[in-house]
Amino acid sequence: MAEKITLEVVTPKGAIVSDDVDIVSAPGFAGEFGVLANHAPFLSTIKVGTLRYKKDGSEVELMISGGFCEVSNNKITFLVESAEHGHEIDVDRALRAKERAEKRLLQALEKQEKFDRTRAEAALQRAMARLKIAQRQQ
Amino acid sequence: MASLKDVKTKIGGVKKTSQITSAMNMVAAARLRGAQQKMEDFRPYTEKFNGAMTNLSANMESGQFPLMEVREVQTVEIVIITSDRGLCGSFNANILKAAEKLMGQYEAEGKKVSLVCVGKKGNAYFKKRGTVRKAYTDIMGSFQMFNARSIAQDIAANFLAAESDKVHVIYGKFQSVAVQRPEVEVLLPVQPEAGGSDETAEAGAAAGDYIYEPSPTEIMDVLLPLYMNVMIYHAMLETGASEHAARMTAMDNATRACRDMIHDLTLLYNKARQAGITAELMDIVGGAEALKG
Repeated sequence: MAEKITLEVVTPKGAIVSDDVDIVSAPGFAGEFGVLANHAPFLSTIKVGTLRYKKDGSEVELMISGGFCEVSNNKITFLVESAEHGHEIDVDRALRAKERAEKRLLQALEKQEKFDRTRAEAALQRAMARLKIAQRQQ
Repeated sequence: MASLKDVKTKIGGVKKTSQITSAMNMVAAARLRGAQQKMEDFRPYTEKFNGAMTNLSANMESGQFPLMEVREVQTVEIVIITSDRGLCGSFNANILKAAEKLMGQYEAEGKKVSLVCVGKKGNAYFKKRGTVRKAYTDIMGSFQMFNARSIAQDIAANFLAAESDKVHVIYGKFQSVAVQRPEVEVLLPVQPEAGGSDETAEAGAAAGDYIYEPSPTEIMDVLLPLYMNVMIYHAMLETGASEHAARMTAMDNATRACRDMIHDLTLLYNKARQAGITAELMDIVGGAEALKG
């Protein structure tokens, strides 16, 4: 069996994942990146999106929202504000959140308020990321 | 001597009070468990976060980030985190006293002090002084990360606008169920803990080999506001847990005091009853004697 890397996903609500896995891929600052065992020390900010990891041939997907990740000593740690497994995602809620965010975004664009716009954009991104994962699960 | 009926009413009243206090004690105990759980869940996050911060700041000059800039102090901002509700013993009073002391110190040095109150009690206490810049009330019941974020953003904006040169945070540190004490920490300018545990120091030494994406400075720009969120959220969690622990102890004491009072009052009641019976007997005996005569 190939060497494994220890994956930890930590949110303010506790550790969501703590496991030895084969490969991890996540949306980093400069785009999607993958990490295998014995990766060089690495620190990157993380965007809202999908975190995938493979363990013994089965793939798991998580929705993660912004934060950062650190790789050192064959261990990869994600510090994110929230993380959800695909099956935990509430599709209805995400759909509602998406509609709401879209509406807000339009309003903010009309009024040209930068703060509201960034907030609405962030909310929209989160909702879209959730929906994307949830759809793939079905 | 109080009449029989008075004492009886009083016993009834005290009993009802003790029912309430013991119910509050149980509610506080349940809430405390929840709050402690939340605190424990958050701990790994803070530890990892501080580790990364130390790593990153180990080989960086602090002067280049506005949030780390050390200025000559003219205005001090104190963030006071108290509970929203009372009936928790001297918990809030202790925090307010600590805040008062800190304010006194700075005012003696001729510095201006502005306050940010999180939780109703702090705001109620300092409102009359007119030094409260912003108050967040009714959020201590069930707060989340985003509550902490909006507070942190506001404080950071104020600091960046040079409205405040140093920011302290005062909260109720949860040491154990029996001990909670007010804790004062410096929030801004950010000073990452130097040294720390062996593990972080070791990791800090190896930090030069890291691949950074984006550049370390840009990461730091993202991390610093996050760091404030973490600090404030942490302080709020601690205060929340401490509040429930303090209330639990206070209500336990109150229930015990009620029990003592009921005991004393029952004695009094029995004595009064006895005295009544004795007096009645005396009457009857006296009457009988008189008839005989």
